[in-house]
Amino acid sequence: MEKLKYERPIIKKLNTGFSNKFGSQLKNEVVTHLEGVGVKELIRQYGSPLFVISEKQIRRNYQHAVRVFKTRYPKIQFAWSYKTNYLNAVCKIFHQEGSWAEVVSGFEYEKALGNGVPGNKIIFNGPDKTDEQLVKAARNNSLIHIDHFDELYSLIKLSEEFQLKPRVAIRVNMDTGIYPKWDRFGFNYENGQAWNAITRIINCENLNLVGLHCHIGTFMLETGAYAIAAVKLCDLLRNIKEKHNKTIQYLDMGGGFPSSNTLKGSYLPGVDTVPTIDQFADAITGAILDFGFRQDELPLLILETGRALIDDAGFLLGTVLANKRLSDGRRSTILDFGVNTLFTSFWYDFKISPAQDGGQYTEETVLYGPLCMNIDIISENITLPLLQKGDHLVVHRVGAYNMTQWMQFITLRPNVVLLDQEGHSHLIRKAETLDYIESAEQIPAYLKKDTPS
Amino acid sequence: MRFKRNIATSEAGFIFNPASGDSFSSNPIGSEILTQLKEDKSRQEIIEVIASRYDVEKNQFERDLEDFMSQLRDYNLLDEN
Repeated sequence: MEKLKYERPIIKKLNTGFSNKFGSQLKNEVVTHLEGVGVKELIRQYGSPLFVISEKQIRRNYQHAVRVFKTRYPKIQFAWSYKTNYLNAVCKIFHQEGSWAEVVSGFEYEKALGNGVPGNKIIFNGPDKTDEQLVKAARNNSLIHIDHFDELYSLIKLSEEFQLKPRVAIRVNMDTGIYPKWDRFGFNYENGQAWNAITRIINCENLNLVGLHCHIGTFMLETGAYAIAAVKLCDLLRNIKEKHNKTIQYLDMGGGFPSSNTLKGSYLPGVDTVPTIDQFADAITGAILDFGFRQDELPLLILETGRALIDDAGFLLGTVLANKRLSDGRRSTILDFGVNTLFTSFWYDFKISPAQDGGQYTEETVLYGPLCMNIDIISENITLPLLQKGDHLVVHRVGAYNMTQWMQFITLRPNVVLLDQEGHSHLIRKAETLDYIESAEQIPAYLKKDTPS
Repeated sequence: MRFKRNIATSEAGFIFNPASGDSFSSNPIGSEILTQLKEDKSRQEIIEVIASRYDVEKNQFERDLEDFMSQLRDYNLLDEN
C-alpha cells in the first residue's frame, strides 16, 4: 500500500475577537522555479545558500526606469551605483544598457575602469578620495563630485601642480523636510556653504564646474522631498548663470528610490506603500520643468538609482537546518544563511517563499541564521508552511547591498549565479574557500613553529 | 501524561476544552494522534502506527511527536498525573 504524504502534526489555538481587517492570510506562494530554472536544481548544482540574479529583471527594471524619465524630460542619464551591487557581471549589464558608473571609492573607480567604462562616464562621489585618485580621475576626465572644503582645496592644489583642469560638481545637502537630514555629505544649501564652494570653484581657473549633485537620503518614501531638492538645485543653477554667467551642464539627483521591500516596523507591506518610480519621476522632472528654464537651458538630469533597479532581480536560496520550539512555545527554524550573508535583513521584513509544496497548514515561526550569535535573526515572525529539515526557501528582493555589504564571519560567502535571458545559469562569483580567505594572511616567523601539544 | 478526558475532538481537527473554553485546530495527522492518545495508545504504539501509514522515518516522526506533545502540554490539554 502506498504511504500517505507526511506532514508534521500541529495544533493551533483559535483566537476570537481579533478580526483582521485585511481578510484571511493569503496562501503561501510556492516558488519552485526562478525564470524557469528549478530551485532544487540550482541548489544541487551550486550549493546552498546561493544568490541568484535575474538578468532579465535587471534589464526590465532599467528600461522601465529610463522610459519613465525619458517620457517626462528630454535629457536623462543613469549612472549605475556601484556600491549597491558591484559584481562585474551585474555592472556590465547596466553599462550595456547605457548606464554610466557612479563610484564612491578608489576601489570602485578601478572596478569601473576594469569594466570598460570610459573615464569621462565615471562619476566619482564620496568623502574619501586620495590625492592619487583625484589626479587619476582628473586625467581621465571623470566627473569629480566634491564633498568638502578640504577636498576642494586639495583639488585646487593638485590641479595647479599637475596642470589639470578637472570637471567637477559639488554635492549639496539641504533641508527637504525629511528626517534624518543628510547634512554630513557635501555643502549645505541653506547656510550658504554651497554658494561659497561654488564661488571658490568658479574663481579657480583650473577647475571646471559642470554640475550640481545631491543625494537626499536612502529608501525615500516621500516623493515631495525630491521636488524640494530639485528646486533648490535649480535655484543654485540659475544664480550661477546670473551672477557668474556660467552654464551648468547637469543636475545629478543621486539615488535613494526604494525597492518594494517592507521596512521593519511598517504597518503595510512595501508593495502597497512604496511610491512607484513614475511618482519620483513626476516629482523631479515636474519641479525642474516648472522652474522656468528655456528649453535649450534645461540641464542634463543624472540619476544614480541603485536599489530600485536591482533589489527585485536578486534572490537568495537557502535550506532549513533544523526546527526548534522556544521556551515560550514559539516555533523557530534555523536556516543555512544568516545576517552575515543577508545583511539587509537588519532592516527588511523579507518576502520568503517555500520552494516546495508544504500543504495548506501554516504556522508562525522565527527564522534564525546559523551563526552562533543572538542577533542572527532573519525574521522575527513569519507565517510559513510546516518546514522540515532539508526543505528550501526563496528570499525575494535581495539584489541590493547584500553582495557588497555581506560579512565573512565564521563561514564562507556563497556562490552567486546569474540567470541569463535564455534561462541559463552562469557562476559570476565563486563561493569563497579557506585558502582564499587565508591568502591575505601572514604568520610571523616566530609563530610558524608547531604549537606544542 | 494522558490526554485530558473532557476534551472534545472532531475528525475534522477541531478541539474544544469545555473547562477553559479554549478552541484549537489541528491538521489531519494531529487529529489522528489525538484520537490515539484518547485510546490510551503509548508513544511507541503511535510511532508504529503513523510510520506504517505515512511516508516518514520513525526517528523524524519521534522528534515531531515530541514537539507536538510539548504543544499539548503548553495548551494545558494533558493530565499531569
